[in-house]
Amino acid sequence: MTSAPALEISGLGKTYAGGLQALRDVSLRIDSGEIFALLGPNGAGKTTLINIVCGIVTGTAGTVTAGGHDIVRESRAARRLIGLVPQELHTDAFESVWATVNFSRELFGLRPDTAVVEKLLRTLSLWEKRKDRIMTLSGGMKRRVMIAKALAHEPKILFLDEPTAGVDVELRRDMWQLVRGLRAQGVTIILTTHYIDEAEEMADRVGVINKGELILVEEKHTLMRKLGRRELTVQLQQSLSILPASLAGVPGLTLQASGAQLRYVFESHDENTDIPDLLQKLAASNIGYKDLHTGQSSLEDIFVDLVHRPVESRQ
Amino acid sequence: MSAGFNGRGIWAIYKFEMARFKRTLVQSLVTPVITTSLYFVVFGSAIGSRITEVGGVSYGAFIVPGLIMLTLFTESLSNASFGIYFPKFTGTIYELLSAPVSSAEIMLGYVGAAATKSVLLGLVILATAALFVPLHVLHPLWMAGFLLLTAVNFSLFGFIIGIWARSFEQLQFIPMLIITPLTFLGGAFYSINMLPDVWRTVTLFNPVVYLISGFRWSFYGTADVQVGISTTLSLAFTAICLVSIAWIFRTGYRLKN
Repeated sequence: MTSAPALEISGLGKTYAGGLQALRDVSLRIDSGEIFALLGPNGAGKTTLINIVCGIVTGTAGTVTAGGHDIVRESRAARRLIGLVPQELHTDAFESVWATVNFSRELFGLRPDTAVVEKLLRTLSLWEKRKDRIMTLSGGMKRRVMIAKALAHEPKILFLDEPTAGVDVELRRDMWQLVRGLRAQGVTIILTTHYIDEAEEMADRVGVINKGELILVEEKHTLMRKLGRRELTVQLQQSLSILPASLAGVPGLTLQASGAQLRYVFESHDENTDIPDLLQKLAASNIGYKDLHTGQSSLEDIFVDLVHRPVESRQ
Repeated sequence: MSAGFNGRGIWAIYKFEMARFKRTLVQSLVTPVITTSLYFVVFGSAIGSRITEVGGVSYGAFIVPGLIMLTLFTESLSNASFGIYFPKFTGTIYELLSAPVSSAEIMLGYVGAAATKSVLLGLVILATAALFVPLHVLHPLWMAGFLLLTAVNFSLFGFIIGIWARSFEQLQFIPMLIITPLTFLGGAFYSINMLPDVWRTVTLFNPVVYLISGFRWSFYGTADVQVGISTTLSLAFTAICLVSIAWIFRTGYRLKN
């Protein structure tokens, strides 16, 4: 018998009253303990998807279950499992940090627990600020407060909507550490981010959403292997004005940097590259080189390529 | 929202709202006390010296129920509408909408706190009034009942206004332009029996008349309209507000989407 997935989304759609179709037939399964990164350009539907799952927006089609609980029919059970850190800094102004985090815990139906809240505030470096009014805190500290509020009821599924947007390096590093710590405790984490290196660093799987459609879901390493490209850069001893005839027909080979280097691009998954052949041709043409460098396209390159590539060529 | 009951969630909202009241305690209590005192000076002393009695009650004492009602209306509307509007304005409403609290529970938290504040203020004004005029409440249980029912009704109404409003201007619109005039024209400072027949008939279309009349009856046993009608209309108003709020949460009107 298999346990229920942390999140199961089937045929989810959202059409706003004005006719805007924010989500189209989105289906997705996220397992417990997974870190899932949802990528997409602005307005792609990431926040709408999160808001529907969390109960802030009503979907117009499809179903969602959290921990096996339907988010509409068993909303209480589903919502108790979910914590949300929204994209915008929505905080109270006049409440103290301590009061607002305790409020969040009780709002979810849990009895006050000073030990839990103290541990949370210490983890997020908020303990010294616990008596301060939220309005007196910096933006980064407010972001920490929002995370504390989302974790106050000890959720099993945590949504982080652009958690590191506009935060400093220290908080970003703390956030990554926190996410890893939560995952170690079995918490499922779904994050959206504009920093694709963040997804590359953190995520087990990546989903790409564009114009309301989930266009790809893939294990991160598989995605980079399947869709990534590698490149070889050859620093020439002497610049060339044009590619010699012996090299002109090699696919993916271009002359760059005013003729000072050659760039050879090939698919990551291609086992049979022509690198040895290329190097032999260089030697045969008496083209000397002083350095070689290989690189791999980043998740960012893949992401940009995916969202700008026509639909029919994404497969 | 699925079955179950989140009493702790209601309590959290209630405490949050009452904490806001405590933060502005001086402003919340002193303002109505000063305003009430001014009303007694202006209406009780200046006009009261010319109108000695209304329906066998001294004019100063006659206006006390109307003054309490005036504060109940405005404070209930203001507290409840601001309570739910502010999270919408700041964006913190996301937390309420994503928590395992039902619409009824959210309403109980906000309306309960707003009504509590209003009842407390009503009692403060009653105490203030007692400093100016000798007071005798003929039907204390009815008085408490009307006080509570009116506070709840106008808190419910304020809650609806807070959800409906898209700006601070809209938040003030109904209380300032509808409720306050209706209160002044609803017999707060006079008996509608003092009006010419035509205006008396027109006034009977003002729902506030029934609330003030019923409340005044609980003090002095005299009323412009039958107390049964006042009670029925108050309960009908409660029902209309509850149905409206249920519809708002079912459809997500101005909360979701």
